[in-house]
Amino acid sequence: MISRRALQTALRSGVRPQVAAVPTVAARTYATVPTTVNEDLLKPTKYGGKYVVTLIPGDGIGIETADAVRTVFKADNVPVEFEQIDVSGLEEGKKNADVLFKECIASLKRNKVGLKGIVYTPVDRTGHASFNVALRQELDIYASVVLIKNIPGLQTRHQNVDFCLIRENTEGEYSGLEHQSVPGVVESLKIITRAKSERIARFAFNFAKANGRKKVTVIHKANIMKLGDGLFRSTFQRVAEEYPSLITNDLIVDNASMQAVSKPQQFDVLVMPNLYGGILSNIGAGLVGGPGVVPGCNMGREHAVFEPGCRHVGLDIKGQGRANPTAMLLSGAMMLRHLGLDQHAGRISQAVYNVIAEGKVKTHDMHGTNSTGEFTNEVLRKMDELA
Amino acid sequence: MSYLRVASRQLASSRQPFVRAGTGAIAQRSWNRGYASEVKIGGFEGQKQGNGNYLVSLIEGDGIGPEISQSVKDIYSAANVPIDWEPIDVTPVLVDGKTAIPQPAIDSIKRNLVALKGPLATPIGKGHVSLNLTLRRTFNLFANVRPCKSIVGYKTPYDGVDTVLIRENTEGEYSGIEHHVVDGVVQSIKLITREASERVLKYAFQYANAVGKQKVRVVHKATIMKQSDGLFLEIGKELSKEYPEIQFDYELLDNTCLNMVTDPTPYNDKVLVMPNLYGDILSDMCAGLIGGLGLTPSGNIGDKCSIFEAVHGSAPDIAGKALANPTALLFSSIMMLQHMGLNEHATKIQKAIFDTLAEGKYLTGDLGGSAKTHEYAQAIIDKL
Repeated sequence: MISRRALQTALRSGVRPQVAAVPTVAARTYATVPTTVNEDLLKPTKYGGKYVVTLIPGDGIGIETADAVRTVFKADNVPVEFEQIDVSGLEEGKKNADVLFKECIASLKRNKVGLKGIVYTPVDRTGHASFNVALRQELDIYASVVLIKNIPGLQTRHQNVDFCLIRENTEGEYSGLEHQSVPGVVESLKIITRAKSERIARFAFNFAKANGRKKVTVIHKANIMKLGDGLFRSTFQRVAEEYPSLITNDLIVDNASMQAVSKPQQFDVLVMPNLYGGILSNIGAGLVGGPGVVPGCNMGREHAVFEPGCRHVGLDIKGQGRANPTAMLLSGAMMLRHLGLDQHAGRISQAVYNVIAEGKVKTHDMHGTNSTGEFTNEVLRKMDELA
Repeated sequence: MSYLRVASRQLASSRQPFVRAGTGAIAQRSWNRGYASEVKIGGFEGQKQGNGNYLVSLIEGDGIGPEISQSVKDIYSAANVPIDWEPIDVTPVLVDGKTAIPQPAIDSIKRNLVALKGPLATPIGKGHVSLNLTLRRTFNLFANVRPCKSIVGYKTPYDGVDTVLIRENTEGEYSGIEHHVVDGVVQSIKLITREASERVLKYAFQYANAVGKQKVRVVHKATIMKQSDGLFLEIGKELSKEYPEIQFDYELLDNTCLNMVTDPTPYNDKVLVMPNLYGDILSDMCAGLIGGLGLTPSGNIGDKCSIFEAVHGSAPDIAGKALANPTALLFSSIMMLQHMGLNEHATKIQKAIFDTLAEGKYLTGDLGGSAKTHEYAQAIIDKL
């Protein structure tokens, strides 16, 4: 289950915290979402003055929101060249999905940085792992970072929400190991390893320190899964001793979900195994305005793939021009910051926030009537004002 | 107060499923395959005693348990509910090195077929199986029913919530099968069987019929767990054909979480049914929408016996100070009355509770009031 590299990484990071692999999120202003990279390892090479970035629009609203990113990047003269790969989980793809998947991996391994939408995972196709999960496992992009924060101008039921979810991305319930012992009896394996638990805990602590966060909470169900989640929690607690400046505590996942919808203001940085991350990122997105406004990224030792934090395909509104490009634009801005293109990142994210704060142009999920294109054009206008 | 009207309509119609299902043996055998669709699952088969009252086992619980149980007893005697309480002690004993419930307690519940339970403190330490889990296993409580309804008089960011969630209670992620493969690598097994899935899904359809909800929705993660959640979903689709009057659909867990937090009201006409862990998380999340576990009831339905309980903690810090809020246990007891077919009493007491909460004069501390436990109970009695 554990690749040699993963173990090496964990061992290395066991000796010395890998601060460099941690995105820096400015403590307060959402506008500066992002990442700085101090280590060349993570910084891809420029070719002809431009970074080459893999772009995987994905299914559903992917094409529309990826177009928005292209438009905005072009308008801001961002030195990024996209290498687009149209992999799809739907059956209609012209090219064989496996071939495209290999292309994606090769491209991401080459470029080290990617921006992606969500690829649809069909329920009724047995034996086929989710493309999204396979990609994360293949590249070992083990830490999913999702920022749940109220955006000024976007009214929701909860105010002053501001927390980060750090989710283990490569094992747990998403191991893909299942079998039918006898007809009518199925076992799914959840895998928790000390190495990966330690790696993600360390990532969370470094993330908290780098971003001026105060408290790290581990989310688990160790009262029931005493060995599996027990290992995750005890590893977290052991690593916590190395970070005395941070407050740490633990919360059972059902209680965390209840607290999230009643008192979400108490959360700061949360770290958890895979499935709970899926649940809490969706609850979190619901708190601050939906999947259309929540950016995210997946960080590994060598690769970083940026994608909307609350991973929704949006097949139902595909091609209707109704999608909110905010999540993809902000994920793109996070990526720029990761590449060290702070000025571009700052301008783009600020323009997006200004559009939302003004509240004149709103997509359907924000209870408006504007199209994806109109929203994008408004972002361009705001960028002109900032320039 | 339209939601009260809805409540009483549901109560009135909830008698239907609990007509007797024949002998337990037949009902049990029929899980295995192709049961006639009129077989009711998890119905109440208890008989009145000589004095015309039902005997109900009462587990008062730890911490605040005795106080809130007293409130229930007081209100029930004031409302002339035909119930006698049989207090039982479930302090665990070790039998052959395993946590077990004392035999007299087991006998009592098996005799009465129904029990009401306050909060139990699970001893923390190694090797202790939680008492709740032990109870579930002992009585094969296969379905956990968790309704959540907004309380007029207690403001949260969400209004008009009226959800029902049914959780498979015996297997899934809670199978308890785990092992170290090598040091530092743990496998936990999520177990999904056709038998248990069929049983809980069938109960969900029958429950929907009983309470007048027109839709049943399976919540799953079959995109990732294709075989286990896939099986659960597949059985849901199969069974839905036996219930043409109920609209059946399914939804990815992620979407359910997102949509419920964004706006829970579209879920008011649905019964949600799901495997164990998702049910655990979502039912607590729903409780969070309306104000927490102090306000939500819970029923555990078994083949023969059913246990209704308050799922909040035992709050040892405020025990004995008359500060506890008995609402969750009261609502659980109302579910119990409905289960037993005592709908008139259920409706009457429920209305008195809702009215007292809406009036807001006698609220306990957790709801922002200053009333003592017994003052709140007295206010409900006055409303009866």
